[in-house]
Amino acid sequence: MSDGPPPAPVLRLRGITKRFGSLTANDGISLELASGEVLALLGENGAGKSTLVSILFGHYVADEGTIEVHGRPLPPGQPKAALAAGIGMVHQHFTLADNLSVLDNVMLGTEPLLSPWSRRAAARARLADAAARFGLAVHADAPVGTLSMGERQRVEILKALVRGARILILDEPTAVLTPQESEALFATLAQMVRQGLAIIFISHKLDEVLRVAQRIAVLRAGRLVAVRPAAGADKAQLAEAMVGRRVAPAVKRAHARGPVVAELPGTPLVLHAGEIVAVAGVAGNGQQALAEALCGERVAPGGALRLAGAALPPAPREWVRAGVARIPEDRQHVGAVGDFTLVENLLLERYAEPRFARAGWQRRRAAREAAHALLERYDVRSGGGAATPARMLSGGNLQKLILGRALGLGAARLIVANQPTWGLDVGAVAFVHQQLLDAAAAGSAVLLISEDLDEVFALADRITVIHQGRLTPLAPTSEWTLAAIGLAMAGSGHRRDGAAHAA
Amino acid sequence: MSETLELLGSAAFWAAVLRIATPLILGTLGVLLCERAGVLNLGIEGIMVAGAFIGWLVVYQGGGLWSGVLAAAAAGAAFGALHALLTVGLALSQHVAGLGITLLATSLASYAYRVSFPKVASPPTIQPFQPMDWLPLPVLNTQTALTLLALLLVPAIGWLLYRTPLGLALRTVGENPAAAEAQGLSVAALRSGAVVAGSALMGVAGAFLTLSAFNAFFFTMVNGRGWVCVALVVFASWRPGKALAGALLFGFFDALQLRLQQAGGGVFGIELPYQLYLAVPYLMAIVALVLVARRAAYPQALMKPYRKGER
Amino acid sequence: MRLERREGVSRRALVLAPLAAVGFTLAVSSLLVAWAGAPVGAAYLALLEGGFGSRFAITETLTRATPLILTGLAAAVAFRARLYNIGAEGQLYAGALAAVAVGGLHGGSGFDAPAWLLFPAMMAAAMAAGALLLLGPALLKSRLGVDEVVTTLLLNFVVLLAVSAALDGPMKDPTALGWPQSVAIQDALQLDKLIERSRVHSGLVAALGLAAALALLLRFTTLGFEIRAVGANARAAAFAGMPVARTMVVVALVSGALAGLAGAIEVAGRAGYVTLDMSPGYGMSGIVIAMLAMLNPLGVVAAAVFVAGMLVGADGMSRVVGVPTYIADVIVAVALIAMLVATLFTQYRLRWR
Repeated sequence: MSDGPPPAPVLRLRGITKRFGSLTANDGISLELASGEVLALLGENGAGKSTLVSILFGHYVADEGTIEVHGRPLPPGQPKAALAAGIGMVHQHFTLADNLSVLDNVMLGTEPLLSPWSRRAAARARLADAAARFGLAVHADAPVGTLSMGERQRVEILKALVRGARILILDEPTAVLTPQESEALFATLAQMVRQGLAIIFISHKLDEVLRVAQRIAVLRAGRLVAVRPAAGADKAQLAEAMVGRRVAPAVKRAHARGPVVAELPGTPLVLHAGEIVAVAGVAGNGQQALAEALCGERVAPGGALRLAGAALPPAPREWVRAGVARIPEDRQHVGAVGDFTLVENLLLERYAEPRFARAGWQRRRAAREAAHALLERYDVRSGGGAATPARMLSGGNLQKLILGRALGLGAARLIVANQPTWGLDVGAVAFVHQQLLDAAAAGSAVLLISEDLDEVFALADRITVIHQGRLTPLAPTSEWTLAAIGLAMAGSGHRRDGAAHAA
Repeated sequence: MSETLELLGSAAFWAAVLRIATPLILGTLGVLLCERAGVLNLGIEGIMVAGAFIGWLVVYQGGGLWSGVLAAAAAGAAFGALHALLTVGLALSQHVAGLGITLLATSLASYAYRVSFPKVASPPTIQPFQPMDWLPLPVLNTQTALTLLALLLVPAIGWLLYRTPLGLALRTVGENPAAAEAQGLSVAALRSGAVVAGSALMGVAGAFLTLSAFNAFFFTMVNGRGWVCVALVVFASWRPGKALAGALLFGFFDALQLRLQQAGGGVFGIELPYQLYLAVPYLMAIVALVLVARRAAYPQALMKPYRKGER
Repeated sequence: MRLERREGVSRRALVLAPLAAVGFTLAVSSLLVAWAGAPVGAAYLALLEGGFGSRFAITETLTRATPLILTGLAAAVAFRARLYNIGAEGQLYAGALAAVAVGGLHGGSGFDAPAWLLFPAMMAAAMAAGALLLLGPALLKSRLGVDEVVTTLLLNFVVLLAVSAALDGPMKDPTALGWPQSVAIQDALQLDKLIERSRVHSGLVAALGLAAALALLLRFTTLGFEIRAVGANARAAAFAGMPVARTMVVVALVSGALAGLAGAIEVAGRAGYVTLDMSPGYGMSGIVIAMLAMLNPLGVVAAAVFVAGMLVGADGMSRVVGVPTYIADVIVAVALIAMLVATLFTQYRLRWR
């Protein structure tokens, strides 16, 4: 314990405010960060965490407020200035060029632009040095597109370290990692702290944050509502500070499992009515291909999905007709047509059905009435009513719209939900979960693809893990431990036999 | 058959191949620079017309040949700047903006020509570049300095793209602009610079037509060469070396078609209309596009507008 | 300085945008007029008078507008589905040639059938020619991902050469004293004049009817819904089960047919035969018209009349003040770019920071 005044903070934010149109994403936030400290930014999706660090890194310019790094003001709106000041950022969506190599990505921007030749050997040495110092192994010449998510994250981190970052921002880093990889990351963070780096760690997961951070700053609806030391923090208090209101989690009612509804040949996936089966796994392990096979966009290698014994052809329209409700991962670009109104989006799958069209002419009044009913039932809130373009909707409302379209226009025998709560706030998450649980209770079979283990454990009756396109055998939730799931996600520890190709 | 071999052995034939290929090399390199940075530049056809006109005009009014080339490059750069403003600054549709620029450049050049030369029966001529007969190399010594420039630009641009920091930045901007932004680079500046530089090359490609291949400006000079360049870039997988190969291949078949036309227009004894021969270049370009379509390794961010900081 | 997305589409901006574009265009063109040494005021007066200022002017403008409406519609329907059909020029010529092939006198060896049979056959042949020409690039795009802009552009040159070869050979009019033009179509197949002592023909009615039909199609039918969805977000449309490839094919057929029809109607309504210069860039102008109309079929009619007025007026302007007729092409090009920028401001506003 040293005498004298505490060292000056390496980073000081004062009164940061940022508005996007009518939305205030950050409201008067003031924070300090000390050297060798891990500060967690805790908050639910949409609280303004990413916005704040984007302002810090220079992607956005704050409407009000100042930032000081090592006591010197930081010029706003320039990532170049932030990098020069020693700030590095590991983005939630990696800023990497897939077709270029690891070395290319790391080297980019580190040499004067008008230099007549690139000093690759020196850059390679710097990369190897940083990799060794922090225990982050990478292949310098591998195209980034061939790397796993965990490896790509290491490249993102090395980008910052090679540039001599002293303040490192990590935005939801464990979202794409297995439990074991998360542990390795925490070890790396500890190593960084020992070398005097200061870290801002963004997460919406309470447990993680308590493990990793020394101090926790809670953001809610754009405001800083609490700053507490992690040691001895009250979990319940933090949770309430994060959410600010009582949100009842989804209620799961026990019910019997019905007969087989669907099966995907060549995989362990056999789905019964009334049950929720979850496919857990880290991003980039074949979920995309599996989802496409399960949504009717392509035929799986083992054969088409069989619904009640009959194989479905690869035409999504037939799937809708047969009673398969599909909720895609990318709600903005695949789930909806942004320029279309809410009514038109609700009509997207069933516009040719007799109730909505006759002899090629649309029955617009019938469509409008059905749409109004759905918007009401699924609590879709929009500024301008049914005629608003869909891109004006918030993430949560857009997801409710998609749910309404998938579930509200016809009985669903099978529901395929791909990352349905990604990026949603707690209230929307609870709504989506309840819809899925209610549907299962009403007799639908539900297949959930999710990278969020909390969600998987909360909803699923049986779980399988996907790794590099292969699925483990299904096992009831009660039989899976966190360790076992983590090992399966990493590709080891599950039984070799029985694991079949799904993609 | 022996006639064909004779043809392939004649230096005059290969001289024609190089002459036809030169504007294609320059134009394709220009499109390549733009597209590597992620911007489709369909203004090339119009920029080539404008470059042809301005280059010729400067020389006609007493300027030196290289002044003409520089003026053509400047004209190209100016239209390139407009294209960059529309597509990079305002993130408008790259297809429509490019077509607009082609229409604008072509019509401006035609208008300017008519205003400058209201009543002329035949187009006024200039003294074009002379062949470099001081060169000791065969075939090459029948070409003009602009061809040499085009050939030298191929390895130069290759070096730029793959061995310099600027080249890496350009390629990244065409693959994932967010990656460049996160490393402190300005996507807008890089893309605009690439478009302006590429358009300058397109201007020079046009100037070759009036200052080297021919010696006067006429309205239908460019005749679709710009579109052929756009097809050749895809065929070349966005690599300068392959662009040269593609342009030479194209020149080969075009020169061949010209010979056959001159030799009487008959193939296997059947009289073919000369229009069919003239159509060969365009059909070849379409075929080239189709052949590489499946395997095309597009720069990932090509044609996707990038708006900084948009939510 | 940056652009910020607006909450909704500003109604006021939707009306102001075309006006602002036209205003900017005329301002820029006045510089060019001045450069040609002509008095700007007098020049524009001559332009207006030449395009709209007399009975003759108006009828000429309407005559020119007829094929422009059709190529404008061709571009509008294609662009709505994000199928960039730049080949309308070639499709027009192909349609014209097909029309003459079916309806031509051919020195007495043409089809001997009653006019009520031959006329629709002639039009159908023209539409089929245009449609098939666009079908190739459209299929190449949907099956192989080949950019249709370049393929349609290149095909224009090929088609023009084919027409030239046809005019030199099988379709040559032997009585035309060496001038390359095609055989004429039978008298009975020519279109009636709509307004006497003018060149306005009943093709105009057909064009207007088709504009109305297309407007209804896009707004009220399932096909129109599919076209709009595919153009707005093909990925989401495919996920939802829409037949994206089939829609593209239908759009290609409709767009090509409209352009081919433009050619046939020009032949049947004006000269009665095909020449190599019968279209002074109607295909390209159609694209500009479609953009000016913001891809709205009814707007296409207004935009076509405007552009036709410019083209006809430029002839008049050139006679009166000696400005080269190319000014019309410049005006059209500047209008396209100005409209592109103006449309942006209906969706975004400018923010200083």
